[in-house]
Amino acid sequence: MRQLRYALLAVLMVLGLAAFAAACGGDDDGDDASSEGAPTTKDDVDLTQGQDVTIAMVTHGDGGSFWAVAKKGAEDGAKQMGVTLKYSESNNDPQKQAQMIDAAVTDKVDGLAVSAPNPDAIRDSVKKAVDAGIPVITLNSGAEDFADMGAMTHVGQTETIAGEGAGAKFKEAGAKKLLCVIHEQSNIGLNQRCDGAKTGFGGEVENLQVKGTDDISTTLTEIQSKLQSDNSIDAVLALNPDIAVAARDAVKGAGSSAKLATFDLSGDVVQAIQDGEIEFAVDQQQYLQGYLPVVFLTLNKTNANTVGGGQPVLTGPGFVTKDNAETVAQLAKDGTR
Amino acid sequence: MSTTAVQPVADERLANIGLGARLLRRPEVGSLLGALVICVFFWVTTDSFGTLSGIANWTDVASTLGIMSVAVALLMIGGEFDLSAGVMTGTTGLLMGLLTTEWGLSMWPAIVLTFVFAAGIGFLNGIMVIKTKLPSFIVTLATFFVLQGINLGVTKAITGTVRVAGLGDVPGYDSASKLFSSTLWAPHNFRISVIWWIAIAALATWVLSRTRPGNWIFAVGGDPNAARNVGVPVARVKIALFMTTSICAALVGIIVALRLSSVQAGQGVGEEFTYIIAAVVGGCLLTGGYGSAIGASFGALIVGMAFIGISFSGWNTDWRFLFLGVILLLAVLVNNLVRHRAEGARR
Repeated sequence: MRQLRYALLAVLMVLGLAAFAAACGGDDDGDDASSEGAPTTKDDVDLTQGQDVTIAMVTHGDGGSFWAVAKKGAEDGAKQMGVTLKYSESNNDPQKQAQMIDAAVTDKVDGLAVSAPNPDAIRDSVKKAVDAGIPVITLNSGAEDFADMGAMTHVGQTETIAGEGAGAKFKEAGAKKLLCVIHEQSNIGLNQRCDGAKTGFGGEVENLQVKGTDDISTTLTEIQSKLQSDNSIDAVLALNPDIAVAARDAVKGAGSSAKLATFDLSGDVVQAIQDGEIEFAVDQQQYLQGYLPVVFLTLNKTNANTVGGGQPVLTGPGFVTKDNAETVAQLAKDGTR
Repeated sequence: MSTTAVQPVADERLANIGLGARLLRRPEVGSLLGALVICVFFWVTTDSFGTLSGIANWTDVASTLGIMSVAVALLMIGGEFDLSAGVMTGTTGLLMGLLTTEWGLSMWPAIVLTFVFAAGIGFLNGIMVIKTKLPSFIVTLATFFVLQGINLGVTKAITGTVRVAGLGDVPGYDSASKLFSSTLWAPHNFRISVIWWIAIAALATWVLSRTRPGNWIFAVGGDPNAARNVGVPVARVKIALFMTTSICAALVGIIVALRLSSVQAGQGVGEEFTYIIAAVVGGCLLTGGYGSAIGASFGALIVGMAFIGISFSGWNTDWRFLFLGVILLLAVLVNNLVRHRAEGARR
């Protein structure tokens, strides 16, 4: 009897998975698929093919609050343009990202948007897409390499320039020693930001490698012990909103008076800026980095438009300070800033 | 299947067991069925999964995973874990990258040195586990952290960035990448790593089922004391298994590095559990002494198919890990069900 129950459980799980998958897979065929309780039939799939434009977006994102906004931008763009979006994230694994791009090429999508934090790693896969006649746009990371990779344009900000801007703002505020918190081991862009900050700051800059967004409590402890062990640090630059919130608590916990700034926004960060706990945020407006590539690629497909004229399309840097925080606050709550 | 009646005979070991039950009792059958279920599911629900290019995509993902899963399965049958297996793929890739791009070696000598280095690390892991008698879980966790720190620290100290790039310009790159990272069958581009995977799985299966060391592996994992008492060189077998795992990690590290023509300092971190999962889905027991290399390969195939299948489906990626979790649980359940029934038939 126990075996029978096992079998029943397995069957139920298959059905449940199938129904769930169909429901999440597409809004248009969700209803009839779940009522059948079986995998979607071949007809459903064929019906949606051909009349739709499908855009694939493959990022190195980690599902954190930064990428959630970029993803929302892409989804909103797809909804407004009436196209299908296939969004996937590699969580900073270049091999996985290359494999996801390969999958998109096999899937014969109509446009491909990729982030390129490590251009060498995905060059071959992007080339395959270009060779297959799929228009490519890079986003977020890859401003230096997009043309080389055969992409139409790049949508993002240049890391070095944004870093310089942040460093200069700290210098204005009179800080002497800056701690730059790096939260992803293998993202070149983060190091470029810190290097830029060093140029703009002029004073002493120290980089600190922390655990990252998937282990905030350890990250907090790491920053706090750094501040406690070196009290000459009077400025902290976080490179991600989740890390910024951890850094804010770490500054408080260490009893330090260091000024804090961050790259990128979240609801919490905007609140902290309004409360005066964070001085400013460098905003690269990642909503645009999701939204614009979908729009550009759709226009390229339907209207043969090319955007950028061989130059990157810059989405930042913009600065969010106490002055404009309130406007941004509401938007951040909606998940678009 | 459960109706296969066993004739009452004097000695149950001599009982005549039906072919079906004998097949079902193999450790890998459950993962094969699991793989079939997932394959059919994605084949039916997506357009690209069943095309040759689609198959090339998911065998690509499964191949590097599969090479490691087979090695980890052998180690687990031998009763040990290696948590440093994931980060080793990064360490070895970085070592090869640094040897070539920073210290001017050409590709082939660097590859040989990398394999030697990996064997050394595997030896260290093994000797530490044997000498300290600590659980390998703890010892290799320490190795894992040490290597993760070295990967980042050394890479940054030497290159000033967090990756080693420019492998494509090193002399010998073309011939090395032909062997390790080229593609076959032009329009579909199957990865050559798939061939490596199949070869290693076949070799491991032959060793396990046809050779004396294979028997030793099952023996040391099943009961090390009993094995020692009948003259099995337990320490040597375990050390050799750790070395095999590290050498396979070097192979994967080299394959990935040559493919991406660059290595990131964070490469491979977190993958060690995927290897163990693939091995367990493939029928390896966490307690050692039971399992199969083919099963681990099917386990890797399941992970690869789920990964690419989800990409093709365009499912909301927020749910990716839920899907992966459910799919893995499903595979393990099917596996368990089949084995229960097969063993039920024996009694």
